[in-house]
Amino acid sequence: MPVQQQCRVVEMARLNPSTWWMTLEVGKLAEQQGLRGSQFLHIKCGDHQLLRRPISVALVQWDEPQDTASLVFEVRGEGTQWLSRRTAGDILDVLGPLGNGFQMEDTGRYLLVGGGIGVPPLLGCAASGGERTTSILGFRSKDRAILIDRFQETGSQVLLCSDDGTLGEHCFVDALVRKALEQPYDGVLACGPKPMLKSVAKAAEEAGVPCQVSMEERMACGVGACLGCAVQMADGTMKHVCKDGPVFAAGEVDWNV
Amino acid sequence: MSEMKVSLAGVELKNPIVVASGTFGFGREYGAFYDLSELGGICAKGLTLHRREGNPPPRIAETPMGMLNSVGLQNPGVDGFIEEDLPFLRQYDLKVIANISGNTPEEYGVMCEKLSAAGVDMIEVNISCPNVKAGGLAYGTRPELAAEVTEVAKSHSTVPVMVKLSPNVTDITEIARAVEGAGADAVSLINTLRGMRIDVNTRRPILKMNTGGMSGPAVLPVAVRMVWEVAGAVKIPILGMGGVSKGEDAAQLMLAGASAVAVGTACFADPFAPVRARDELAAIAERQGLRSVSELTGGVKPW
Repeated sequence: MPVQQQCRVVEMARLNPSTWWMTLEVGKLAEQQGLRGSQFLHIKCGDHQLLRRPISVALVQWDEPQDTASLVFEVRGEGTQWLSRRTAGDILDVLGPLGNGFQMEDTGRYLLVGGGIGVPPLLGCAASGGERTTSILGFRSKDRAILIDRFQETGSQVLLCSDDGTLGEHCFVDALVRKALEQPYDGVLACGPKPMLKSVAKAAEEAGVPCQVSMEERMACGVGACLGCAVQMADGTMKHVCKDGPVFAAGEVDWNV
Repeated sequence: MSEMKVSLAGVELKNPIVVASGTFGFGREYGAFYDLSELGGICAKGLTLHRREGNPPPRIAETPMGMLNSVGLQNPGVDGFIEEDLPFLRQYDLKVIANISGNTPEEYGVMCEKLSAAGVDMIEVNISCPNVKAGGLAYGTRPELAAEVTEVAKSHSTVPVMVKLSPNVTDITEIARAVEGAGADAVSLINTLRGMRIDVNTRRPILKMNTGGMSGPAVLPVAVRMVWEVAGAVKIPILGMGGVSKGEDAAQLMLAGASAVAVGTACFADPFAPVRARDELAAIAERQGLRSVSELTGGVKPW
């Protein structure tokens, strides 16, 4: 069950010119409400933005005096700009936990695939799966890269690529995914722009490996009341990122719209 | 403490705060945050005769102190509501107002019969649906069509019928008078204002449907003005809505002539907005020494 809570900012760090790492004290959200990575928090961004901003949780840390959640966001408009100007000690109005998050079995081997700002929601998966995971992280260029050290610290095998060749292999993530899937995996977990998800879903399907994708859509309420954040399903129905997702089985999604 | 009970076309609300159709689903989501019995009533998510999946995304665009939506009446259909959602809402002590949209007057009639039989407290007839038989013109913008739908709804209902008016007209009082003449028990207003937002880099509208309905705090003054105009034109009660996020906003709509007030888009920013608006409205009534909050209704003193 989601709750509304005032959360204190304990850490702000800039990961690249437009991307921020923010750690919040989340009180009982982790212990009682079960908040975990790849779910999201819906954050009020000051008095001048009507709507909250849905921000993915990268990592939840059980800690003293309070559990914390680290979120990564990109400055895209006035709301996230406001959020990027917060400093340690500021209080945020937060709704959460929201969304389902990636599903992992305790013993499975997982291929984690992230593109750009889609990388952070996979960090919790790398942390819990450790050496049972391989992380393929793609960025536009070296200066946009984020969280590589954090992924390496988890024990996950990290493979890198970039659109311009300035970091890792000069290719899109799906090329590395195809190569990786020559080895056995129990699942592919992917987050990133929709065209990337589509090509990763296709590669996973061809390899016969189940694939989960974390989707994005413009959102208002965040709790399933307004039906704004619709995603078209292959069977012709609409599901919603906030309530049914953000993670969907790749086979359910209509990739041709 | 001032009496908070009000009557809307004979339907007694324990307080004047209702939640607006399309912003509160069927109550389940916000019911996780607080007891729905705190509310006077709920205008449930808009229903159609058959299940609808709604419009393709994006369906949401934020605007200065407001938002656009083009959800397009995604809903489980009237039968699905009666089977799954009405029993859920009946666990709570609040009035259930079903909101309906039809493609034809006949569809409105069928839905009114089903919902009356199922025992909703009131039916809100949405005549602002863009997908209608009269050459794509909304029923809500032509007085004679609005009257026709109202007559059909009334003749197939055993519960009070409230007609929801569109603000996208030259003279809203003309439509209000037409539906009153056709037997409407109440009117609710305003529905959303048609708007548009364009991404200057891609030159694409943000919404896949290009245009959508605007709501949120930015529309409050339009709502207050239109409620005031309609209150001067008809005798039937008004459920006022449009941009209400706090008690003072609700009081403005009541002073303009509303008997009760719906909170809508404000819920997206703050799930507790309706409960807070109720408490703030009660505080205003108390501070002004009113015996009953209903004394606000129509109390504006125009220059």
